[in-house]
Amino acid sequence: MTQKIQHHLTTPLLMGYAAGTLPEAFNLVVATHVSLCDDCRAALAEFEAVGGETMLDVAPVAMSDGALAGTLAKIAQGDAVVAKSTAARTGPYPAPLAPYIRDFAQWKKIGGGVSQMLLHTGDRASVRLLKIPAGTAVPDHGHKGTELTLVLQGAFVDETDRFGVGDIEVANEDMHHTPIAEMGEDCICLSATDAPIAFHGLLPRIAGRLMGI
Amino acid sequence: MTDAQLDKRLAWISQLEAVRDRQDRAAFAELFDYFAPRVKSFLMKSGSTPELAEECAQEVMATLWNKAHMFDGSKASVSTWIFTIARNRRIDMIRKLRRPEPEDLPWGPESAPSADDTIALQQETEILGRALAELPSKQRQLIERAYFGDLTHSEIASETGLPLGTIKSRIRLALDRLRHAMN
Repeated sequence: MTQKIQHHLTTPLLMGYAAGTLPEAFNLVVATHVSLCDDCRAALAEFEAVGGETMLDVAPVAMSDGALAGTLAKIAQGDAVVAKSTAARTGPYPAPLAPYIRDFAQWKKIGGGVSQMLLHTGDRASVRLLKIPAGTAVPDHGHKGTELTLVLQGAFVDETDRFGVGDIEVANEDMHHTPIAEMGEDCICLSATDAPIAFHGLLPRIAGRLMGI
Repeated sequence: MTDAQLDKRLAWISQLEAVRDRQDRAAFAELFDYFAPRVKSFLMKSGSTPELAEECAQEVMATLWNKAHMFDGSKASVSTWIFTIARNRRIDMIRKLRRPEPEDLPWGPESAPSADDTIALQQETEILGRALAELPSKQRQLIERAYFGDLTHSEIASETGLPLGTIKSRIRLALDRLRHAMN
């Protein structure tokens, strides 16, 4: 990584990932950011340690009779699976994205030169890759829930700041913004929302419908 | 810190190494007796039925046996490691979702963790655990609910009637206290 990451994961995201309570789409964004950011990797380890100590601090609940014997029997049968991830980084896409990107031909034009690739998750929050040509703006939009945007290639600027590779923007309901891809490389972002995005103006609303959000 | 508290954590590591090196059932039983009821409690507090929590806790302990070779005492306490296994099983078995994980770090040639690094990390985790236990009860409860409850911060707010900003700042305050206790 040539440039330093300026925009990091927030406490609720780190804690939610450590606890296992986030939607799958948000877990994907967190795992991808942590793959790029040593600071957040260290912070996540801290939050996992807090989780471990919190688990020790609560009143234990007795296991059933024979639980130990049952577990040893499971072990003897070789029931428990040890899956080792073999996914690898591909170009600007860190390894956590590999199982979600089945085919790079899945990019779909959604207007204004912007392309997207929907990634499929098992719950209602949605996640997609967006490819924004250098110098192009994404239509002004607000959010009903939380939107996470992680830059994988290039950079964008909006009303708040500049976001380069590895930077994450956390936008909430109060935020309206118009991200513009910087000149140079096309900007590729991983974007997750836990509620539909609200576009302002008729054409952007139609574009939003095309994007399926 | 007294030696006894650190010794407890080092004993867990020895038990795990006995499982790894000799498939030592007695050592496994000790880990099982201490951790399985806590994992079960964690899962029940997260909303699992007792039956599912029981099954899942057994799976977690079986995973501990099968992955004992992957544990590194210079990177995590046994309690942290078991918590992450339990968290993962909860997502797999109970939430039934895929679970994206960060890339492994590109470590150089594998070297055994140094004893000094292991002791330092185990000490830090012990200090963290004690700091957590000494937090004012309201702060500790919020942290517990953020970890155990399948609750977002805004849901915690609506259930407790506290404004969201208060929850966030209380959790931040609790974490600041924990960090301060670590320094």
